[in-house]
Amino acid sequence: MAPMSIRRAERDLNRFRQIVRGKIKKDLRKYMSHGEMIGRQGKRYVSIPLPQIDLPQFRYGAKEGGGVGQGDGDVGDPIASGDGEQGMGEAGSEPGSHVLEVDITLEELAQILGEELQLPNIEPKGKKNIISQKDRYSSIRRTGPDSLRHFKRTYREALRRQISAGDYNPDDPVIVPIHEDMRYRSWKETLMPESNAVIIYMMDVSGSMGSEQKELVRITAFWIETWLRSQYKEIDMRYIVHDAAAKEVDQETFYHIREGGGTKISSAYKLCNRLIDERYPAAEWNIYPFHFSDGDNWGGGDTRECIDLLRKELLPKVNLFCYGQVRSLYGSGRFAHDLEEYLGNEDDLVISEIADRDDIYDSIKDFLGKGK
Amino acid sequence: MKNAQLSPELQAAREEIEAYAHEYGLDFFPIIYEVLDYRTLYETAAMGGFPTRYPHWRFGMEYDQLMKGHIWQGSTIYEMVINTNPSYSYLLEGNETVTQKMVMAHVTAHVDFFKNNMWFAHTNRKMLDEMANHSTRIQRLIDHYGYEVVEDFIDTCLSLENLIDYHAPYIKRPDARTQRPIVGDDEPIVVEGLKVEREYMRDYINPPEFLERRRQKLEEERLRQKRFPENPQRDVLLFLLNYAPLENWQHTVLEIVRDEAYYFAPQGMTKIMNEGWASYWHSKIMTQKALQSSEIVSFADLHSGVVATGGGRLNPYKLGLEMFRDIEERWNKGKFGKEYDDCEDIAAKRSWDKQLGFGRQKIFEVRRLYNDVTFIDEFLTPEFVMEQKLFSFRYNSDTDLYEIASRQFKEVKEKLLFRLTNFGQPYIYVEDGNYANRGELYLRHRYEDVELKNDYARETMRNLHKIWTRPVHLETVVRDKRSLITFDGRDFSERRID
Repeated sequence: MAPMSIRRAERDLNRFRQIVRGKIKKDLRKYMSHGEMIGRQGKRYVSIPLPQIDLPQFRYGAKEGGGVGQGDGDVGDPIASGDGEQGMGEAGSEPGSHVLEVDITLEELAQILGEELQLPNIEPKGKKNIISQKDRYSSIRRTGPDSLRHFKRTYREALRRQISAGDYNPDDPVIVPIHEDMRYRSWKETLMPESNAVIIYMMDVSGSMGSEQKELVRITAFWIETWLRSQYKEIDMRYIVHDAAAKEVDQETFYHIREGGGTKISSAYKLCNRLIDERYPAAEWNIYPFHFSDGDNWGGGDTRECIDLLRKELLPKVNLFCYGQVRSLYGSGRFAHDLEEYLGNEDDLVISEIADRDDIYDSIKDFLGKGK
Repeated sequence: MKNAQLSPELQAAREEIEAYAHEYGLDFFPIIYEVLDYRTLYETAAMGGFPTRYPHWRFGMEYDQLMKGHIWQGSTIYEMVINTNPSYSYLLEGNETVTQKMVMAHVTAHVDFFKNNMWFAHTNRKMLDEMANHSTRIQRLIDHYGYEVVEDFIDTCLSLENLIDYHAPYIKRPDARTQRPIVGDDEPIVVEGLKVEREYMRDYINPPEFLERRRQKLEEERLRQKRFPENPQRDVLLFLLNYAPLENWQHTVLEIVRDEAYYFAPQGMTKIMNEGWASYWHSKIMTQKALQSSEIVSFADLHSGVVATGGGRLNPYKLGLEMFRDIEERWNKGKFGKEYDDCEDIAAKRSWDKQLGFGRQKIFEVRRLYNDVTFIDEFLTPEFVMEQKLFSFRYNSDTDLYEIASRQFKEVKEKLLFRLTNFGQPYIYVEDGNYANRGELYLRHRYEDVELKNDYARETMRNLHKIWTRPVHLETVVRDKRSLITFDGRDFSERRID
């Protein structure tokens, strides 16, 4: 049997993607769910979009009927939140394949992201940044205080020794660690950029930004944050929303607020500039403003003002200024185009267009690919 | 069988494992191993283990999910094996030797199960070719009728693919076609009473109520004979193939979808047993025979991952494995039969040991004769439920959480059987193919205390209508009321029936 060509699955995948994007077979979209691969709530979000099309069949509702599980707990104890499939769902028809799931930490996630997108490590700007040594308990040594003893590793060493020495009796699996088996947690010196960073998120919340657009922003912002967190010790986050006027809000509000009215981007840039001047002096902070909008702005006058603000005030202070333009129901505005035209050769400005979820990947690469 | 792709090391491992398996009495088809890189492995997995399937977006969707799971969450498929003769099994390139050995032991037991379990007896062991044929046939239809048209029709068929009779290959059901000529409606029904010797006794022997009952019975009989199908049909797809006004190419597509559904059905019917059996043997072969001492820690790590339970989930690998071990122990010690069941002394029951040694023989018998439903029904014991901490859970709409409902043996067993019977899918029958004498399709859902997902049911009826082309009715229960949902091609209507 010859191994099949990769193009086989790619073809089906392309077809599927086209359906998901609503380019073909639009009637299937009503069966589509926008899953996320790693959902998190609270302050941080992880999200790999995982669209799924579930063809209708005669079946029981997921929440009906219940099922059988295994583990500890008393009657009445909750086992998992209602939206997940639990226990014995439909028996799969996959021939004997199994999937092991592994938890990964945010740090590892950032690493994967870095590798996947081939992101360069950030070079903090200027000489004022000292690289500091930081001790982290991520290593193992043979000596150490009892309080740092690593039980699992010690056990493993003892088990390994007893097996190889032939002392291990499976019927009476007593493992006695001796001095040589002891393992202790220990620190490793890691070099961390000492400097602090601030991310200033700005978003257009005028009428034309719908929930899908905010979702795009949320997902993009999550990945940016995950990456920057892996690069800096401390990160401050500020959130600015604007329509015709700008104001600072908390994170919750940032993603859920919906205002109406027109758009005056310069209002946000002014507020951002003031924030930097008051709280984050450019000499001490690595500054990352991110601005998301659908590209509609009031008449040319305001865009002119934005460009001036960027050129004279913001760009000299920041590490990187990122502008992400999402496509709204009413299409995309000219703002990205204007920035490109007037500031296209500025090194510290990144402009990226995010039409749909599939573009997030490329945008993150645009934003973070400069290593600044 | 030649394994061109296996390295000498893997070839040696495979010979070693298979020798042990034979020693233990496993009886399997020849296995052809292929080592695939992860992309190809996941691609094959997305297509149900078959390298050639007809083009369809859902394989792309599966592939997308598997790849994302692998890249972002570190999910790994270690192995895959398909039920054919010879069996094909795929190994993931770059795995440690000990992993590959464990996978081979696991796979060997799967193949033994495919070959010997009676529920697989009717499966097509040349399915690899069959799938490739299906692919070619559908590709031809696509060339002729266009991609979109054929794909749309496949979507429609897939929406109905669970409407098959999972037991059909094993029993002869009354045919949908009626053999007898349909009795003319016009002949009046003549009721003959019991024979009366003396005229004055007539009203005592054949009172009017009695005659009326006889008349009704005859009438029902006549109606039943006129009904079409004469008996309710569970194989809805077969009914549609026989009687729906399909074009030839549509007939082909529907037949292919049905064939494949039947091929995969036994795997769904024996998931717990099959995985349990494979896990039992990989563990037995590895720990008793094949493991080098240097590999023990890696093996233990791997094995515990396979049988891990977390978050209250039931892991079929774990459940099946423990059940087989439990059965082996019980039949070794004679913990079965009337004497044991009637014994009320817990201490005596616990230390019960008649030294029978029938365990191994018993589990081989079980693997031959049972499926998940009969397996759980017969061998799940209260002690097992307690030891394994099994519980039943239900959804609490107030808190939007699933919560533990019970740890009682009876409830756990009932719930488990319910989830397994018919794969936890509703029973749908074709009740009438000529409803109201207007050629309308009447389906009945056998209600078992759980209602259908209403929006899905309606969308499915829409698809049925595409095939049947006449109004479609579904008798089911909606919000605790017996109801008849009707789709006439444009609108849905719903009315209560009693």
